[in-house]
Amino acid sequence: MITARKIETRAAEVNVLSGGTGPDLLFLHNAGGVTAENPFLLALAKKYRVFAPQLPGYGDSGDSDNIRDMLDVTLHSFDVLEALGLEKPILIGHSLGGMIAAEMAALRPREVDKLCLIASAGLWLDAYPVPDIFTLLPREFPAYMFHDAEAGAKMMATGGNMNDPAFLIPFLVTNSRQLGMAGKFLFPIPDRGLKERIHRIRARTILVWGDSDRIFPAPYAQAFKSLVPGAELVSIPDAGHQVVLEQTDSVMAAIGRLG
Amino acid sequence: MKFTWFNLMPWPHLPDDFREKNRSVWVDIDQALFDPVKCHEVYNDYLDLLEYADQLGYDGVGINEHHQNGYGLMPSPNIMAASLARRTSNAAVVVLGNSIALYNPPIRVAEEFAMLDIMTGGRFVAGFPVGTSMDTNYCYGTIPGLTREKYAEAHELIIRAWTEKKPFAFNGRYTKLRHVNLWPNVLQTPHPPIHIPGGGSVETYDFCLDNTYSYSYLSFSGYLRAKALMEGYWNRVGQRNADQSPYRAGFAQTVFVAETDEEAERLYSEHAFYFYNRCLHVYPGFADAPGYRTIKTIQSGNLNQYTRPNYPTLTWKDLVDGGYIIAGSPETVRQRMEELIKGLHVGNIFLLLHVGNMPKDKCMYSTKLFAEKVMPHLRNLHPEHATDNRFWCKPISRRATPAPVGQAEMVPAQ
Repeated sequence: MITARKIETRAAEVNVLSGGTGPDLLFLHNAGGVTAENPFLLALAKKYRVFAPQLPGYGDSGDSDNIRDMLDVTLHSFDVLEALGLEKPILIGHSLGGMIAAEMAALRPREVDKLCLIASAGLWLDAYPVPDIFTLLPREFPAYMFHDAEAGAKMMATGGNMNDPAFLIPFLVTNSRQLGMAGKFLFPIPDRGLKERIHRIRARTILVWGDSDRIFPAPYAQAFKSLVPGAELVSIPDAGHQVVLEQTDSVMAAIGRLG
Repeated sequence: MKFTWFNLMPWPHLPDDFREKNRSVWVDIDQALFDPVKCHEVYNDYLDLLEYADQLGYDGVGINEHHQNGYGLMPSPNIMAASLARRTSNAAVVVLGNSIALYNPPIRVAEEFAMLDIMTGGRFVAGFPVGTSMDTNYCYGTIPGLTREKYAEAHELIIRAWTEKKPFAFNGRYTKLRHVNLWPNVLQTPHPPIHIPGGGSVETYDFCLDNTYSYSYLSFSGYLRAKALMEGYWNRVGQRNADQSPYRAGFAQTVFVAETDEEAERLYSEHAFYFYNRCLHVYPGFADAPGYRTIKTIQSGNLNQYTRPNYPTLTWKDLVDGGYIIAGSPETVRQRMEELIKGLHVGNIFLLLHVGNMPKDKCMYSTKLFAEKVMPHLRNLHPEHATDNRFWCKPISRRATPAPVGQAEMVPAQ
């Protein structure tokens, strides 16, 4: 059972989804956001006391003009931890959330002991240019996000008619709030200098990657592995960028390796 | 009325199957379709046409900024403006404009516009668009959610650089300059008039009203479809208790003039089709980067003109009846233009008399007919505002003229 509550940081009012019992775990969502019904969040809540703050601009969190860059969002995330009264929770981030989690662990290495980066953003390899997700049309997303695009399309179905303004306008507002915020860290190239700081990470780190990730393909997993001291890579077959939805159990098992 | 002869400078050599074989005319347009040797001719023809418009008595010659765009060959309109400064003599040079969030530091715009203001002897009108998402975000990499803040800061810097006549420090978020001291600085007082191209957001209406800038709607879909948007603007003007001078607003309209309506269709339809059915083929994924538009603007339902994924192939009748274009005999065009000017209550008209792949001779024919047989009848449609000069340039009276080529007087060294 996931419940929601609001906390305040200097930057914004933040809606935090939480539930479950067990070790404390902070989950940072991807650029698509997270809801209380998210199957991965529900899986986490079976084993951990999970907290999933929604970034400003996402879901029921407020907007924030004060978050403009990577440092702002990283410090904001520490402020969220502080407001929740959490001490060194397991830190997990998916995609954009992984980029923020990696920054947190690099910025304050003594405050993050256990880290799991899932299909993380934050690096750029010239030989493997990341697709420009900001230009993708809704119908184009599943093929990039999932190993099984057809099944993915069902999971991502918006359930509305894009030609109907009553559906389209709220859809565009949500999209603009969310990706408008995500764009501050990902647009036009999802690299804000993490590679200059990533060596500072001291946490025990598990990297989780879907074998058929078409956003950050396998060389990105290798790049993280080579840059994060002592990181362990868990590659998961039959999974794309949305590995958390496509192979939830395997991801849970990988997180379990953090102890 | 102020009539500006405006040229987008489209690439006239897109293939017939361009729309079928390419995903976008903008941002990632195929390099193989470009030919710099042909472009040499194209630039020269387009500058000839702008200069011709000056000779025919148009109030302004207008150009704008686009990047990586098959219908706009001017990444830097200031370069074209510099050329026009020397080869035109009466028309205002209207640069509509520079996307000020894209210049680093934006003081560059203040400097170049000051140079143009001086070179033209004050025949200069400035424009500050936010820039389309295609240009600003996808071509120039500005973060969508920060574009407007960056724009606002650039605007503040430029205006201060033009108006504060002593050095100052500027500690902006995006630009930090310890010594701002424009030299040379603008000729017009307090600075050249400023026109703001907008797409219907209330924030932009207010920005224009706060600063006494003219609001320009540069749509390609014509005056009939612009009615609701321009009404929104004038309502806002009313709410703010500002005067209703039509020079607070400008509108772009595609126009073709011939001796008769039939001749107009015969001469120009292929060029209208080239523009409307080929040049506007923009991949919808480039139309509106998330975060570029304000939430308020999206909620108003005012969506980007490129967001329609499958725009229809338009016929001549569609284009004329839908008001996308105003075309026909001088009398037909005069009537429609009067409808436009009165209906939208605008004082500044940006005439798209060159369209798509129109060759120079046809364009000159249409341009001359408009100047001689249409424009004179439209001149005084706003007599009650005839003295409003807040939104147009104020040239100095004794302007220098270029010496004829090869005949510059040689002054022997003393």
